[in-house]
Amino acid sequence: MSPTTVRPVRIIVAKVGLDGHDRGVKVVARALRDAGYEVIYTGLRQTPEMVVDAALQEDAQVIGLSIHSGAHMTLFPAVVQELKRRKATDIVVFGGGIIPDDDIAALKKQGVEKLFTPGTPLQEIVDWLRQRFPKESA
Amino acid sequence: MKVRARDPKEAWREDFESSQARDDGIETSTISGIPLQPLYTSADLPGRPEELPGQFPYTRGIHPSGYRGRLWTMRQFSGFATAEETNRRYKYLLANGQTGLSVAFDMPTLMGQDSDAPTSRGEIGHCGVAIDSLADMETLFEGIPLADITTSMTINSPAAILLCMYIAVAEEQGVPASRLGGTLQNDILKEFIAQKEFIFPPGPSMRLVVDSIEYCAKEVPQWNTISISGYHIREAGSTAAQELAFTLADGMAYVDACIERGMRIDDFAPRLSFFFDAHIDFFEEIAKFRAARRIWARWMRERYGAQDERSLKLRFHTQTAGVSLTAQQPELNIARTAIEALAAVLGGTQSLHTNAMDEVLALPTDKSARIALRTQQLLAYESGVANTIDPLGGSYFIESLTDEMERQAEIYFKRIEDLGGVIPAIEASFFQKEIADSAFRYQQELEQKRRIMIGVNDFTVDEEAPIEILRIDPRLEAEQVARVRDVRRKRDQARCTNALSSLKKAAAGSDNLMPYILEAVRAYATEGEIMNTLIEVFGIYTEQAVV
Repeated sequence: MSPTTVRPVRIIVAKVGLDGHDRGVKVVARALRDAGYEVIYTGLRQTPEMVVDAALQEDAQVIGLSIHSGAHMTLFPAVVQELKRRKATDIVVFGGGIIPDDDIAALKKQGVEKLFTPGTPLQEIVDWLRQRFPKESA
Repeated sequence: MKVRARDPKEAWREDFESSQARDDGIETSTISGIPLQPLYTSADLPGRPEELPGQFPYTRGIHPSGYRGRLWTMRQFSGFATAEETNRRYKYLLANGQTGLSVAFDMPTLMGQDSDAPTSRGEIGHCGVAIDSLADMETLFEGIPLADITTSMTINSPAAILLCMYIAVAEEQGVPASRLGGTLQNDILKEFIAQKEFIFPPGPSMRLVVDSIEYCAKEVPQWNTISISGYHIREAGSTAAQELAFTLADGMAYVDACIERGMRIDDFAPRLSFFFDAHIDFFEEIAKFRAARRIWARWMRERYGAQDERSLKLRFHTQTAGVSLTAQQPELNIARTAIEALAAVLGGTQSLHTNAMDEVLALPTDKSARIALRTQQLLAYESGVANTIDPLGGSYFIESLTDEMERQAEIYFKRIEDLGGVIPAIEASFFQKEIADSAFRYQQELEQKRRIMIGVNDFTVDEEAPIEILRIDPRLEAEQVARVRDVRRKRDQARCTNALSSLKKAAAGSDNLMPYILEAVRAYATEGEIMNTLIEVFGIYTEQAVV
């Protein structure tokens, strides 16, 4: 990609799982948008297949997942698997929610690049994205 | 030297203004943004007749005897894994002096689907107990006499089904429904507004709520048919004033719906109950609780013409604020919860759940659950705070803040009315947007350190010592799936099929659905089967996602 055609990073933020706790995902979506990213929020109760569909359709580089029901060990890796199946592993997956430390280590091994837990400053998420996508500076 | 006598209040003002002021940049307004004076005096006291507990408008409490007559019910919300494990936890809590049960269901149960549904994968038993059919409910209350205990059930879209399961278990224990006491959350409006566990569209959802209220008025008269909830609205990010206003507006929407059904106000209003959050801003919370009672009493009497005194009295449960807890230095959550619980008690709550310190990480362990319960016992039996009724009544500050809460709520009532009422306001995303805005503003205040969360944006430590958390055994998922399939295999299939087809026919008509659901439950139809039958008639609701 030449410098002149660099487009802002496009991020799908999604609520996977059955819970409807959307406070976190909405706050993060708004903060990322304010930081200059293109943010598409899918809404609630997305299956891994729906999330990957949305990411491919929207040509997103990043998927941000939120969950508060405790099903992260099942659903986060399922999104990564679905990306593999659809040969779209260049899409970066990060996540947030109530996730114990031990699970964070396990999820990283399974291909979720970064996990943010309650109390994370929004700036930390933005800083991580800037570092991860230095060329497509938002 | 001759000193001219200064007006004492003016003198204080001058002295205050010439004193050194802290310049740490931290907000002095309440956590909800209500500006506060540094001092309140008799000049801030409203010129209204003296208010007393047990008397209209009940600002100072609904009972003339306050906690002198009876302490609040210590009701810890609990449920995890399987019915068998949760039954064990209930017996443990009861043995430790808990005075009422409160059931937490897992996500598939809350969303009306069985454990073997594809989207239940990974969710079973994680944030509550998995209940698929009457068989699980029998296990959940095994050895717990339902005649002697009150039970609260936090369930909304499928609320009618779970209530029927409870009634059916009681029948098996030989306890008639007329003797059952407890509370069904059954508050679908706040699901559309905040917690988002909706299934059917608003119309049929409201029908089910009114069906259960109407049925209980006749058959389960001691049951609190609904727990109109501000808790989830607040946890989703609202301010205290929004929590107060949106919750009471929801309450009035239910009253309107019952009246439209043809019920008389005094036949159902005494069994309506409320559920509020107790957040960390101590005085604001106390003012909120006091204002809630006053507003409800006035509206019920003036707008709805309630005659029965019980219809006027706003009874409420409180839970300390989950969102105020921190994963960082989690032991501090014990102190936070104690402060919040004290606010609930000084605000005159009827029952209370205190969060455990580890709830920000996972479901509580036995130990952390016991500390949370002990915190309430400490307030009740050791601190002396329950000895005087509404001890803050008459405080210049508290009375003034109570009035301010009421004033802000009234502004919201007007705005909701202008939008055409609660349901049109939901459909216009009014509440959802108001809440998201408040949540975002609070987050920004944290980032700018205008609000402090200890351990999060100040007073942090580099190395956190890990604390022990409760883990749900992944094997239980397969066990629960096997259990529901076993129920389907062993039941009288003809009776079950008949019950479901009668229910479907009734749903398409206008009968009260409770007797049909009860029969389906008795026939061991699963929760998912009953919900799917209703979905065929009612359809499902999808919200417009607003950021």
